Amino acid sequence: MAFEIPPQKYSGSIKTVTIGKGDKAITLGGETSYPFYLFEGVMPNKPRVALEIWDKNPGEDWAAPVLEVYKDVLDDPVAWAQKCVNEFGADAVALVLASTDPNGDDASPESAAQTAKKVAEAIDVPLIIYGTSAMEKDAEVLAAVAEACQGHNVILGPIQDKNYKKIGAAALGYQHTVVANTPIDVNLAKQLNILLGNLGVPDTRILVDPTTGGLGYGMEYSYSVVERDRMAALTQEDEKLQLPILNYLGHEVWKVKECKLTNDQAPELGDQVQRGILMEAITGVSLLLAGSDLLIMRHPEAVKLVKGMIDELTA
Amino acid sequence: MALTGIEIFKMLPKTNCKECGFPTCLAFAMALASGKAELAACPYVSEEAKEKLAEASAPPIRPVKIGMKEGEKTIGGELVMFRHDKTFFNPTLIAALLTTDMSSGDVDAKIDNFAKLQFERVGLNLRPEMFAIKDVSGDAGKFTALVKQVIDKSDAALMLMSDKPEVLKAGAEVAKERRPVLYAATPQNADDYGKLAKELDLPLVAKADDYEALAGLTSKLTGMGLKDLILDSGSRTIKQALQDQIVIRRAPLTAKFKPFGYPTVTFPCEMTDDPMQETLYAAVFIAKYGGIVVLKDFEAHRVFPLLLQRLNIYTDPQRPMIVTQGIYPLNNPDENSPIAITTNFALTYFIVSGEIEGSKVPTWLLIMDTEGLSVMTAWAAGKFVGDAVGMFVKKSGITEKAKTRTLIIPGYSAAISGDLEEELPDWKILIGPREAAHIPAFLKSL
Repeated sequence: MAFEIPPQKYSGSIKTVTIGKGDKAITLGGETSYPFYLFEGVMPNKPRVALEIWDKNPGEDWAAPVLEVYKDVLDDPVAWAQKCVNEFGADAVALVLASTDPNGDDASPESAAQTAKKVAEAIDVPLIIYGTSAMEKDAEVLAAVAEACQGHNVILGPIQDKNYKKIGAAALGYQHTVVANTPIDVNLAKQLNILLGNLGVPDTRILVDPTTGGLGYGMEYSYSVVERDRMAALTQEDEKLQLPILNYLGHEVWKVKECKLTNDQAPELGDQVQRGILMEAITGVSLLLAGSDLLIMRHPEAVKLVKGMIDELTA
Repeated sequence: MALTGIEIFKMLPKTNCKECGFPTCLAFAMALASGKAELAACPYVSEEAKEKLAEASAPPIRPVKIGMKEGEKTIGGELVMFRHDKTFFNPTLIAALLTTDMSSGDVDAKIDNFAKLQFERVGLNLRPEMFAIKDVSGDAGKFTALVKQVIDKSDAALMLMSDKPEVLKAGAEVAKERRPVLYAATPQNADDYGKLAKELDLPLVAKADDYEALAGLTSKLTGMGLKDLILDSGSRTIKQALQDQIVIRRAPLTAKFKPFGYPTVTFPCEMTDDPMQETLYAAVFIAKYGGIVVLKDFEAHRVFPLLLQRLNIYTDPQRPMIVTQGIYPLNNPDENSPIAITTNFALTYFIVSGEIEGSKVPTWLLIMDTEGLSVMTAWAAGKFVGDAVGMFVKKSGITEKAKTRTLIIPGYSAAISGDLEEELPDWKILIGPREAAHIPAFLKSL
């Protein structure tokens, strides 16, 4: 019986954004179809995965299986970043400036900027630098980071509606890329992209972080907002959404109870390490299937699984 | 696919007898088209018209029912490509393989393990539901013994797999009451397998290696009178299998291509020997349109994440998930522990309770029914306001469990603290953090 695949009409494509510098720069985006629908479009740039590191020892904030992996470098962000690149082959590193949390250590923007600079100089892969989502503090911190990291084309985030002017202007001045973060809503995402555009930040320097929920803890909201974002970009010519998407998921997955329960505490849930790795990898793969271009993850084994899947799906 | 009122009108008697309750046949046809009337209301409609109309109103992807010991599960029946367009209705069934070369002891152990894999979450019981029982030796005696063992000791839904029709038939007869799925009709054996499924009235998997052959096969089987089919596209690489799932979902929904209007079965167990990779393949099929996924084995640390993913993907995006109103003791609180309150939106509950548990500070968490609205929305909608919250706290019974009279309210509902103080004069109202992530530091500072 004759059969032809019923076509999906696409009227737009995703713009490309290049992050990092030199040989190890990465280009994201460029898709002309839904993710991995390679029978009707192209995905010229594979989705990528960054490993997350902190500028302070996370201690109990991180689940034991991830702490174990990095136990020799937890107090030294430079060594930690190098371990991610040299030992685990990370495509990119995401440095979270956790020390600057105003509800925590409240470290100064200057000290955080110095750490960011040292890390940027110590690795050749792209460096994503995240604040703590405290809008006012992030504005100070990321502006200082932008200046200190001049010439490295780092990726600064999360930029939100209340601090986009200051961080956006600093990123523009020192030629970095920004991550526009909005709370799980397509229209808010579009709005912030427009505001950044009005400020003069070109589309080639914006990634979209639609806010991520971990597996079992609201992942479905992120999944659908990424799908809707892609649908608007590819089939409804919504130009301001035609940008690569970033999901910051390691943090969301590993903080949940089911990743922290040990084998003794929850024998009914099987092995803690493998369960956590799979919870992170499944969240990652789900978001990739929805349309994500760049994932920030924690466990190198989960990253390996996700990258294996990306390679197979784009083969 | 839906017919227009005019198309339906052409099939009606056109006598305007009014017995259906409508003034004219045309008015009745219009009501039918918009789903406001039932065809059965017309006593004079022809059998032929009935059949045509039934066919036209049939769902584009057939819902197929598979039995468990208690009740049945449905796969298929989906109406959209993206969950945000409506919802996905019938969650992917998660199955593991049992083969006739396993020892009876091994099978018992797997059945025991299967029974234990049940997890309580937001009032739902998350569990895998199926075994795929595979004949690997062509021995009908062994196959029926295994099928019987599983039926006797487990409530699982079943898929029976054999490439020998007589072996499959023997097993199917033993399992008939459970309503198992039969695997699999191919272009080569369609006559025998179709006949068997028809005779026993059981769902049948149709397997072929390319789209044309698969469409030809299902057309042949429906021609034999079969209705409950499940599709196996034969692909065992993830790239092609994902494409097949998309195409098989899309063809009936967007192009009304009936030969693919059935749910699918997928086999991560035949795609890799690595259990972690197998789990990720299963996750791809849960997100993208698999009706059944068959794993090699159930292991809690692999099944649990898949159950969470399935829960997320199949949650109705139009209806908030809620938790039951009440008192939730976290970290073994006693009468001197602090009392916090929030709304019953499941995500709010998960995040808040997760942070409190993470803080290790013993706490009483009061969950108030706000019809699944989050704190800010519930406050804006007048459901999480001073008098309502005060009333709930008084009636909750918390005063019998705790001596403390300090109530921590969410930072985003700070505006209600004044009214709440009036409503609860003996209490001290503390405004908690706006972000859940700051709860541990807040609790530790008390």
